[in-house]
Amino acid sequence: MTAVEAPPRSPRAGRVAPTAGLRGGRRYGKVLLYVALVAGAVPTLLPFVWLVRSALMQDAQMFVAPPEWIPSPFQWSNFTEALTAQPFWLYFVNTVIIAVISVLGTVLTCSVAAFSFSRLRWRGRNVAFAVLLSGVMLPYAVTLIPTFVMWQELGALDTYLPLTVPSWFAGAGGGVFNVFLLRQFFLTIPFELDEAAYIDGASPWRVFWTIVMPLSKPAIVVVTIFTFIGTWNDFLGPLLYLNDEEKYTLSLGLASFQSIYLTQWGYLMAASAAVIAPIIALFFFLQRYFIEGVTLTGIKN
Amino acid sequence: MAGMSGQRRMERRWGLLMALPALLGFVIFTAGPMVASLAFSLTDWQVGGTPAFVGLGNYTELAGDELFWKSLSATTYYTLGAVPLVLIVSFAVAMLLNQKVRGLPIWRTIFYLPTLVPAIANVVLWIWIFNPDFGLLNSLLRQAGLPTGQWIYDEAMAIPSLIVMSTWGFGNTMVIFLAGLQGVPRHLYEAVSIDGGGPWRRFWHVTLPMMTPTIFYNLVVGVVGTFQVFNQAYVMTEGGPNNATLFYVYYLFRIAFKESEMGYASALAWVLFMIIVVITFLLFRNARRWVYYEMAGAR
Repeated sequence: MTAVEAPPRSPRAGRVAPTAGLRGGRRYGKVLLYVALVAGAVPTLLPFVWLVRSALMQDAQMFVAPPEWIPSPFQWSNFTEALTAQPFWLYFVNTVIIAVISVLGTVLTCSVAAFSFSRLRWRGRNVAFAVLLSGVMLPYAVTLIPTFVMWQELGALDTYLPLTVPSWFAGAGGGVFNVFLLRQFFLTIPFELDEAAYIDGASPWRVFWTIVMPLSKPAIVVVTIFTFIGTWNDFLGPLLYLNDEEKYTLSLGLASFQSIYLTQWGYLMAASAAVIAPIIALFFFLQRYFIEGVTLTGIKN
Repeated sequence: MAGMSGQRRMERRWGLLMALPALLGFVIFTAGPMVASLAFSLTDWQVGGTPAFVGLGNYTELAGDELFWKSLSATTYYTLGAVPLVLIVSFAVAMLLNQKVRGLPIWRTIFYLPTLVPAIANVVLWIWIFNPDFGLLNSLLRQAGLPTGQWIYDEAMAIPSLIVMSTWGFGNTMVIFLAGLQGVPRHLYEAVSIDGGGPWRRFWHVTLPMMTPTIFYNLVVGVVGTFQVFNQAYVMTEGGPNNATLFYVYYLFRIAFKESEMGYASALAWVLFMIIVVITFLLFRNARRWVYYEMAGAR
């Protein structure tokens, strides 16, 4: 539609005229492009539509063939009943607590380490960094059992310690990737800033806290988002370490809810929608950083 | 000069101090557990009992363990299906979005959205989509007059179904491809056009070679990640039907935390580790043949 009105407006319309045939071909290509995009978007969005319509439907309407797409009536009580059948609000608070502690620990210890590995000179630094990075590709299953046994020996099962303490050691394991990302970012900040501060008698901590950190907000936001999402979505960790239902996270709560209300599709979809919604909301607020973050992880390999 | 060396000393002290959490974390949560799991794998150890040294006994037992081979083949099947499919779909969509598309952020958001769905919510949603009686898939097929399927409840269809499900989350891979495509230098395309090359030649001689490093990155990350699939088996299929979806990590989890055989499970973990090391090594060695590095000469 827009392609049709574009040519007359163009100041160069006269010059382009001889290639009108080619333009026709291009317009045809454009149409094909949008047809292909829509063809891809429909199956991508369909599961979401299915989720929302099922979450708002009465059972009777859900089991009608051929399937109906518009709930009638809108069964909002699916949400209220599903979310009170199990204490999802409590699971939400638990998940937020774990996520916030993990994000704080990861951001703080990873950026401190990244600062040391990029802007302070000490013997063995590069070797230490290489050794640290070797842990990134390690399959999590290899460290799973001894780590579990360790927490068991320490009497920390059924607490949040196994889920949060590792993040205060630079994320440990896969989280080390954050050290790498932050270090790459820190290396782009001019070193003259540090030198000037040291001449004024500043300590490395001051340089870190008052110069490097404020200049690294984009990288810190990226690490924050991905750590938050990683914790929010983690299932195996809570599954292994938490027994008491009062301590469940959203993922664990949803899995247990699923095993109880096996065929209550309205409830199941309402609960799923409620678990998905906060992350999607977060995405819409911080969209730019999400895309930048994924891009960063791909490019800086 | 004295001040300079004072700063050096300060840097060394602070450098070590600030790297300490990360280094301790490596020892406590990575290196230590790795050595420990190797040691565990040489023992017969039921939780609550005392470990008894059995040498390579667990590993020889593995060789004769039918379920071990079953889990290995199920996981390989899944990886061989899911990784190429995700790569192709995400590359194709990234190519589309790399044209001059109106409303690029909206399209990108649409295709990225499934990636945001938390793993367990994703699994619950797809159980419902795969539901043979009233699920989305069979409802649509029935309406179109096509034959329906039992999906995850059918031994032969279970893994293909999970592969389709995994393709839904192609958003991350797509965004990385899109960034790679936007980094292909314009002048290369112009050079091909001047030589009279059309879209196909531009694709084969510029886009594809320039994208090989990005394809390689997505391939390695995809294979390593997919090989460790767990949630689908745990929540959706419990490894069934008839162990068709007994994925490796799920089998390991069952041995360790349901049957409490920590020694045997540790052997499984180390075999997994070796498999992933070998796959990664082979991928990297093979990469020399097809991955194009612009700066290869400079390095």
